Amino acid sequence: MLFKSFIRNSFLKTQRVTPMALELAVKFPKNFAGKYFTAMLVPVVALVIFMGIWSSVASQIETSLGQLPGPVKVWEQTISLYSDHVAEREKEIKFYERQETRNALKLEKNPDAKVKIRSYTGKETFIDQMFTSLYTVISGFLVASLIAIPVGIVSGLSTTVHRALNPLIQIFKPVSPLAWLPIVTIIVSAMYVSADPMFSKSFLVSAITVTLCCMWPTIINTSIGVSSIDEDLLNVSRVLRLGWFTKIYKIVLPSSIPMIFAGLRLSLGIGWMVLIAAEMLAQNPGLGKFVWDEFQNGSSNSLARIMVAVFVIGIIGFMLDRVMLLAQRKVSWDRNAIIR
Amino acid sequence: MSNSFLQLSQVCIDFPTDNGPFRALDNVNLDIEEKEFISLIGHSGCGKSTVLNIVAGMYQATTGGVLLENREVDEPGPDRAVVFQNHSLLPWLTAYQNVELAVQQVFKKTMSKVEMSDWIMHNLELVHMTHAKDKLPSEISGGMKQRVGIARALSMQPKVLLMDEPFGALDALTRAHLQDSLMEIHTNLGNTVIMITHDVDEAVLLSDRIVMMTNGPSATVGEVLDIELERPRNRLELADDERFTHYRAEVLRFLYERQKKQAA
Repeated sequence: MLFKSFIRNSFLKTQRVTPMALELAVKFPKNFAGKYFTAMLVPVVALVIFMGIWSSVASQIETSLGQLPGPVKVWEQTISLYSDHVAEREKEIKFYERQETRNALKLEKNPDAKVKIRSYTGKETFIDQMFTSLYTVISGFLVASLIAIPVGIVSGLSTTVHRALNPLIQIFKPVSPLAWLPIVTIIVSAMYVSADPMFSKSFLVSAITVTLCCMWPTIINTSIGVSSIDEDLLNVSRVLRLGWFTKIYKIVLPSSIPMIFAGLRLSLGIGWMVLIAAEMLAQNPGLGKFVWDEFQNGSSNSLARIMVAVFVIGIIGFMLDRVMLLAQRKVSWDRNAIIR
Repeated sequence: MSNSFLQLSQVCIDFPTDNGPFRALDNVNLDIEEKEFISLIGHSGCGKSTVLNIVAGMYQATTGGVLLENREVDEPGPDRAVVFQNHSLLPWLTAYQNVELAVQQVFKKTMSKVEMSDWIMHNLELVHMTHAKDKLPSEISGGMKQRVGIARALSMQPKVLLMDEPFGALDALTRAHLQDSLMEIHTNLGNTVIMITHDVDEAVLLSDRIVMMTNGPSATVGEVLDIELERPRNRLELADDERFTHYRAEVLRFLYERQKKQAA
């Protein structure tokens, strides 16, 4: 933690006051370069050590699918998964080309002929699954935020609403996604019947499960943020006779932004974890399904492919958090608050 | 009926506690003329802030009431602008935007955008803060924050300016600067001001009348002291003035002889 903050601080300094950073560099060239050097070096060394331990431990473990894959094997599978994706795309393009020429020929012979246009139904590649998961988690998270922020604001402003909602929130918050899933699946199957559906059922089930699991931290944090607004700021709003909406927009929202974002970041993290589990259980398209399919498949490459998925899941989770952090920095008025 | 500008008549207020109602103020009567500068002074806990909050409309008197230009005060409003002790600027808005929030709210129907902008700058000018108009509250000193707070209150063109220990949190030098600014503004604009203070010198220097309050519970107005010093006042000249020393001694005697705090 300390180390991370150091990296960021030195980064911020160069960004904000470049002349001062330069001055520092001139005054303490050795120290300055040294700091950056250690800042880069330490994580790299740690990574190398991790790879070494992994590789040596993996070589000791023999499984039913062969030896536990080490970093090299996993890297090979990463490349292989990517080339699978490229190959699949090429197949798809060729399929459409063939279809077009076939249809063109047909129309040439008989302009009134009925032309069939079929969409390509090849298997989803790892990259496709990744984007499906991303799309699903973002949809579920957005819906959750749209519900949770207003609910949190109302519950923060009114003690009565808070008392009414709090027991429900506390009960639903710890429920595992795996418990929501069957209920959501059955309700979606029953309610969402349309000849030309806008979304696939599996997408809805996954997204709603994400929504149900990741609302709670945002509601709770928003509510705490709103209820802990400085009494004096509310008095300012009373003296100015701000209307209800103006008060929310000008005073309540900005002052609880830091807490709201703390909640949103928690929510998104939970949402991502929940989604992978839900996809595994429900066999809904996405990275979770990929992991499960590979597990069932049980080929000699499966373990390495699952490990690729694990890393990708981790990296995406990390990137989602970084995006939220950037957004938080963008809207936060409190420049002094340390956000990590 | 009386024609006082601002009239507090028989104001009593009870706060509910576990042991029944607690009478904080008892029978407070005060008549304030337009353009008058009044200081409320008393030991802490005597209900000075409660008086101010009742005039502001934040609290409702249990019995009695407040009349401003013969109309009853029953809710807060910009005609009774408050300068809070801890400035209470919105930390995410710049100095300019903080004043703007008030101006937009009060003059949204009567002023054009250009007029508003001129009016905001005019008020920042009054407190000598135009140079920092684009600074956030966290980027300026305590004294500057309080100046912006005063500008915000002035920009509402209040009938009465209510100040709750406005300079209490500032160091002595900054406080003196702000007192001078406040005197200057009061001379130029002729606002009616009620100010709470702990500082005897400040009260004598700034006020037309000092209202001294008895200790609570059931606090009320103890004595009212007229300060007959001609304006403009100069703190250096007054330091050697016998009348100034006399008024100061009067207030001190009230506070430390007649209203001596038991085991403070």
